[in-house]
Amino acid sequence: MKISVIITLKKDVLDPQGKVIHQTLDGMGFDNVNEVRQGKYFEIDTKETDNDKAKAKVEEMCKKLLANLVIENYKIIDLK
Amino acid sequence: MKSSVITFPGSNCDRDMDVALKKFGFKNKMVWHDDAELPKSDLVVLPGGFSYGDYLRCGSMASKSKIMQSVVNFASSGGMVMGICNGFQILVETGLVPGVLLRNKYLEFICKNVFVKINDKKNKYFKNVNNEVLEFHIAHNEGNYFCTNDQLKEIEDNNQIAINYCDENGKIEDQFNPNGSIKNIAGIFNKEKNVLGMMPHPERMIDTSLSGEDGSLFFKNLINNLK
Repeated sequence: MKISVIITLKKDVLDPQGKVIHQTLDGMGFDNVNEVRQGKYFEIDTKETDNDKAKAKVEEMCKKLLANLVIENYKIIDLK
Repeated sequence: MKSSVITFPGSNCDRDMDVALKKFGFKNKMVWHDDAELPKSDLVVLPGGFSYGDYLRCGSMASKSKIMQSVVNFASSGGMVMGICNGFQILVETGLVPGVLLRNKYLEFICKNVFVKINDKKNKYFKNVNNEVLEFHIAHNEGNYFCTNDQLKEIEDNNQIAINYCDENGKIEDQFNPNGSIKNIAGIFNKEKNVLGMMPHPERMIDTSLSGEDGSLFFKNLINNLK
């Protein structure tokens, strides 16, 4: 079973890379952008076949390793 | 006094630390990250470098390595644990000290000498240091200390800030903050102050012909405090 996870920075955490990407987009003529926030994306292929169990395991992975909850949020977005 | 320096894959200041500790009288042992047991130590050092290539988040992989469980147990029983640079990043990822280290505010790798002001001397690391300000070296890409407001309040209430970036006279201002750290924080303790994490490298300031002597001051004082 494949599960996707998105990690994003929390709202009040400074994202200098996102800021530079925003400025660059601006310079390229994409001047309609309000803000850019950079995050991380993971695809996890697990041997687990039960949806709920798989999700619970990935949630544990997020809490223990994939995300640092002081600065990041995680979102489990896809089960297939 | 016995010390142990942990080597992770990608550590690169481990041997500098070994040289510094031995120079000031420690009997130092190098410990591989995959070992389970710590040798008997009065001080454990997590050195600088790029453990696991800084994958995922700096220090996150190293914080899960086999030896870290022993380091956590050692720290929990009051053992002295010092993390320098990448070692500081490993400490925050382990949760031994609060907060995180973000990418430097201006996205530059910073490599230069800085001045830091000692904020607290009621601990074995800085007790009896006569100077208020020390000159150390920093070399990092992710040294921008950040924590939540609740954490900051707790850190300040417990006087856990160890050192702040400042000018040579000890003035702590935004213009002397190299990387965007909250409150110019360069190093912090755990609550009990037996664990110290800091971005600056004292081991790079132990020889006048190479750099300076403020690191010598730090290590000489540290070994005396541990005796």
